[in-house]
Amino acid sequence: MQKFNTLKSVPAYLPIVNIDTDMIIPKQFLKTIKRTGLGKNLFFEMRYDDQGKEISDFILNQNPYNGSKILIAGKNFGCGSSREHAPWALLDFGITCVISSSYADIFYSNCFKNGILPIILEEEKIKELSEYANRKEEISVDLNHEKIVYGNNEIKFDVDPFKKKCLLEGLDDIALSLKKSDKIENFETNLKNQKPWIFND
Amino acid sequence: MSTTLYDKIWNDHLVDQQDDGTALLFVDRHLVHEVTSPQAFEGLRNSNRKVRHPNLTLAVADHNVPTTDRTKGIADAESKIQVDTLESNCKEFGVQLFGMDDKRQGIVHIIGPEQGFTQPGTVIVCGDSHTATHGAFGSLAFGIGTSEVEHVLATQTLVQKKAKNFRINVNGQLPLGVTSKDVILQIIGKIGTAGGTGSVIEYAGDLIRSLSVEQRMTICNMTIEGGARAGLIAPDEKIFNYLKGKPMSPKGDNWEKALNYWNTLQTDADASFDQELSLNAGEILPMITWGTSPQDVITIDDKVPNPQSESDEDKKNSIERALKYMGLKPDMAAKDIKIDKVFIGSCTNGRIEDLREAAKILKDKKISSHVNAMVVPGSGLVKEQAEQEGLDKIFVNSGFEWREPGCSMCLAMNADKLKPEERCASTSNRNFEGRQGRGGRTHLVSPGMAAAAAISGSLDDVRKYQN
Repeated sequence: MQKFNTLKSVPAYLPIVNIDTDMIIPKQFLKTIKRTGLGKNLFFEMRYDDQGKEISDFILNQNPYNGSKILIAGKNFGCGSSREHAPWALLDFGITCVISSSYADIFYSNCFKNGILPIILEEEKIKELSEYANRKEEISVDLNHEKIVYGNNEIKFDVDPFKKKCLLEGLDDIALSLKKSDKIENFETNLKNQKPWIFND
Repeated sequence: MSTTLYDKIWNDHLVDQQDDGTALLFVDRHLVHEVTSPQAFEGLRNSNRKVRHPNLTLAVADHNVPTTDRTKGIADAESKIQVDTLESNCKEFGVQLFGMDDKRQGIVHIIGPEQGFTQPGTVIVCGDSHTATHGAFGSLAFGIGTSEVEHVLATQTLVQKKAKNFRINVNGQLPLGVTSKDVILQIIGKIGTAGGTGSVIEYAGDLIRSLSVEQRMTICNMTIEGGARAGLIAPDEKIFNYLKGKPMSPKGDNWEKALNYWNTLQTDADASFDQELSLNAGEILPMITWGTSPQDVITIDDKVPNPQSESDEDKKNSIERALKYMGLKPDMAAKDIKIDKVFIGSCTNGRIEDLREAAKILKDKKISSHVNAMVVPGSGLVKEQAEQEGLDKIFVNSGFEWREPGCSMCLAMNADKLKPEERCASTSNRNFEGRQGRGGRTHLVSPGMAAAAAISGSLDDVRKYQN
């Protein structure tokens, strides 16, 4: 997994609440057996018309937002389907940080598995940051110090320490869990004794 | 200390608890389908890892499969690759698969219970948000992403943080024609699509206990639409009777041992919840969704909302956006919404009782001439059962198409989809923009309401057709 440390970019602002993962990446693109290549179809239905042409007033079709690495969006971002294709599409487009006042649980957890930092801020702060997006000014995200720097201001944000460590170091959490193989084996031995029906023994 | 059902299942599955609150949880049952698994298997292959417990894993293709004649295989090349990939992955890693020509094939959340793979007190996961369905059996069941699918395949565990306890009590009796689908739509309307975020919901109360196993599944299924990853219901005799004798249910001595354990799976009387909500079942009416989020619910007697009467700017904007997408006028009556299509099926309402409910309304009636309607049974076994009962004939005689099992038009990954601006009364779970096809307009309803809409040609009140 790609490490996440600091990031500087003009953010793109999408002022829509309850953006669901069907909107982020519609089902016709879930037929892939790869993780890559989804960026061009990110927000497909808002981004392209029926003829497949870019819709010019959609934010990610405009310069400099077509190169934004930070997306600011309305609350409950990523709700609906569990498809990890949603963070894959964001990542493939180049977005590695999302800022919203809340996220759906599965999407939130999927982000961290892919080197994407989802930041939670109060609505007020989001409005403030969105001004920078509108003015096409850059903001900086510093994960290690858990802060966003914009103009002469900064905002602190919270992130789970374990998730932070994994992002900063780009850790593969399967390898981390496999380090606990002894504990898993112990658990399984007890399980076989206490609930033999689980393994159908 | 007093604990909730969720606490008990959680504690029973703790492999390791870290100081920072992160826990490693054992997974008893892992369901796999073709859309969210190929990258996970590829990950295993790249890291030279195996599936730790193939016998705790069950795979089926459901999202991409055609619901028309399958003898010629899958016409869509990409869909075919995905289904073939699942097959070769299962073979390579020793995972049991119900193939497309197996009569046990069907929607992953319908076949789990049908086979007895789903059991009380277990942790069940699947790369699919509607995994919440299995919570109806008193299991902790939730959807995960593909990276987590890979994690479970490799370790039979999952890294998790404990969620909050949220209890929803529904007491009283449902009026005639009102179903568990209306109950869950009402709940989502009340709590909103983010109302359950960070929580596990336990459904309780005498109404919930009075529901059949399949009706409970409909409620737990849509828990994710209220933002909670998991919803569960304490298991009881109905659940135990349902599971007895199922192919993968415990047998002999193990059945007795399991039953002893399952009987302990109750929230303690004095356990506390972080949040509680109570509803009176007697006040619930047949529901429809008017907008593009499952929280956009009204009763069939209501009118579509007017953005002008909304003071909150965000809400006003989202009503305007939804009305525009849905092609509806503010304040129009729900019953004036004319429909083009009807879809009966999905993991929400594709079980035998759902088909019976719709067939009861459709018997000896014809659907409206301008309506295109189809029934997609949730599994091969549901289809077989329905045909034994003659339900297929009722559907076909009324003008419905009778299809092969799969997810179908719930998410329109196969050939079954809406055209732009087509309007559908659907028994599925999501009315998101484009969900059933680009520009397609979805109204979520119960199977009885879908049948009533098919007959009337507009959204209509199922109570009109009750005997």
